[in-house]
Amino acid sequence: MGAFVLLTILTAFRVLSRNRLRAGLTMLGIVIGVGAVIAMVSIGEGAKAAVQAQVASIGTNVIIILPGATTVGGVRGGQGGAVTLTTADAFDLKKKIPLLSETAWSKRDVMQIVAGNKNWNVPVNGISPGYLTIRDWSYASGGPITQVDMDAGSRVALLGQTVVENLFEPGEEPVGSTIRIKNVPFTVIGVLAPKGQSAQGSDQDDIVFIPFSTAERKVLGTQFLGSVAALFASTDHPGDLPAAVEAIREVLRGRHRLQPDQQDDFTIRTQVDIGKVQEGTSQTLTLMMFAVASISLLVGGIGIMNILLVSVTERTREIGIRIAVGAKRRHILTQFLIEAMTLSLVGGLLGIVLGVLGAQATTVIAGWPTIISGESIMAAFLFSLAVGLFFGLYPANKAARLNPIEALRYE
Amino acid sequence: MGMLIVCQDLWKIYRLGDVEVQALRGVSLEIARGELVAIMGASGSGKSTFMNIIGCLDSPTRGSYWLDGLEVARASQDELAEVRNRKIGFVFQNFNLIPRTSALENAQLPLFYRGLSLREQRARAAAALARVGLAGREHHYPAQLSGGQQQRVAIARALVSEPAILLADEPTGNLDTESSRDIMEILDRLNREDGITIILVTHEAAIAAYASRQLLVKDGQIVSDRATPVPAGSR
Ligand SMILES: Nc1ncnc2c1ncn2[C@@H]1O[C@H](COP(=O)(O)OP(=O)(O)O)[C@@H](O)[C@H]1O
Ligand SMILES: [Mg+2]
Repeated sequence: MGAFVLLTILTAFRVLSRNRLRAGLTMLGIVIGVGAVIAMVSIGEGAKAAVQAQVASIGTNVIIILPGATTVGGVRGGQGGAVTLTTADAFDLKKKIPLLSETAWSKRDVMQIVAGNKNWNVPVNGISPGYLTIRDWSYASGGPITQVDMDAGSRVALLGQTVVENLFEPGEEPVGSTIRIKNVPFTVIGVLAPKGQSAQGSDQDDIVFIPFSTAERKVLGTQFLGSVAALFASTDHPGDLPAAVEAIREVLRGRHRLQPDQQDDFTIRTQVDIGKVQEGTSQTLTLMMFAVASISLLVGGIGIMNILLVSVTERTREIGIRIAVGAKRRHILTQFLIEAMTLSLVGGLLGIVLGVLGAQATTVIAGWPTIISGESIMAAFLFSLAVGLFFGLYPANKAARLNPIEALRYE
Repeated sequence: MGMLIVCQDLWKIYRLGDVEVQALRGVSLEIARGELVAIMGASGSGKSTFMNIIGCLDSPTRGSYWLDGLEVARASQDELAEVRNRKIGFVFQNFNLIPRTSALENAQLPLFYRGLSLREQRARAAAALARVGLAGREHHYPAQLSGGQQQRVAIARALVSEPAILLADEPTGNLDTESSRDIMEILDRLNREDGITIILVTHEAAIAAYASRQLLVKDGQIVSDRATPVPAGSR
């Protein structure tokens, strides 16, 4: 059997190379199909990895609580002026829910910041010290806002990379210098390490942090003391998140005196939820890729079937000869299946090359991240084999069922 | 008894719509090992139909046929393929070589389906080509060979599996007189020296003269069956 298969493969290559143009055109569908799949999968994988990195940049095991109800569609209702979350909520959560390792809060507003003769509009966040831990910020230089700063209402600030780039000269050290926010002088105590884009596409490094107490009294103002724009909490283990979310909901509903028939007047989100939205997007993308791939592979497969039918007709006499000298049906079947699979496989391999080049070109030209996985190459390889097998079956079967006497007489 | 071929009342009926063509009408025949039989008869008399049945390419509508003790009518498709591969060698009027495939590879073909190693296939095919005087032409393509040479490749292909019987349906029909004589001398030698049973169909008396036995077919029946008094070898 080994010699038979080997020789049949050689014969297949010989037959195909006799008609290079025809073989090439036949393979084109498979080449494009496989190439498109490889390129799109690597773009998709690249995007997915980027999103995962962004989701991770939110922090670890983070729970975000925002004021306002969630509507049916999952979109948060307009804050509508109703300030429903306070620092007291945060203290109570921390006290009543042992699962929470940390709680924090913040409020923000876009303000103009001045340093020397430069100014820059940037979201200024008043934060409690726990925020920096929960959101996993680290420092390029200097250090965090502490409880001491918080208690004293110190005028100290942490700057994001984008802010530094816009307010300071390259090489200039911001730590220790003074900036003005709403004409109030602040001492820069730290520069944050860059995080890049958020999952929603905003620049996370375009940010200034100051102590919440300072923000409330001197910069952002407040409707009433202790009102916050968002609460944050974290757990030690990701597995604790669902339980923690339920506990938070219960405590907050109690504190806000909500009746059982009333909706939550706050919205709780976790990293998992944010990741899910992104996953949904990439699933749509995957589905579309799958559709494109299936169509082109179908077209490619039909091309192969067509050319094989032509080949079976052209080689009717040869098939008759083979049967006359003792080929069994399965021999003829195998021969044409191998020819079909050779076509689809060579097409598949060319497609893989094309797809890898396409993915790399995408990275170079469009700057999109791409990841070429061994699995997608393996899958493309096996899939093109399967296409050859499936679409070769009908012509091969037709060849195997030829009547040898008629085949031998065929002109 | 010890007969290579035993046919009893073979019928072959083709139905084309309402029309019935009786290509064979009750042929009974025995052929012993080592015979060289010539079948003659007008065109359309049923010679090829008979050869195809003997060669296990076709099966009779009625009647029975034993080849070397195996009842062919009862055999499966795969068994018939096996019989064709091991016991039968075909030589056709139009040579029927696979185009753009070397003489050696054409001659190898039956062994290819026997699952022999490539080395053995090649060695035996080369030996078969040498037996028909084509040593040195192994790598020629059919298009590079004359008609007579092509037919010799076909004979090598038929020989390579060392068959019990060689069936030649008008083997010289497409050849000039000289090539025809070459081919007949090869067949004659294979019959006398190697004891291969040969059945050949021909229109020409000169070709039929090589045979030790001549059959005349008319309208699907054997109307004459006689041994030739003078063996061709001593013409
Ligand atoms: N496949 C077929 N279908 C219908 N009729 C056939 C077929 N093959 C042969 N015949 C008929 O059977 C008869 C014998 O044909 P054949 O054996 O080829 O004759 P020969 O070889 O003696 O010239 C002819 O009348 C021919 O037309
Ligand atoms: Mg005939």
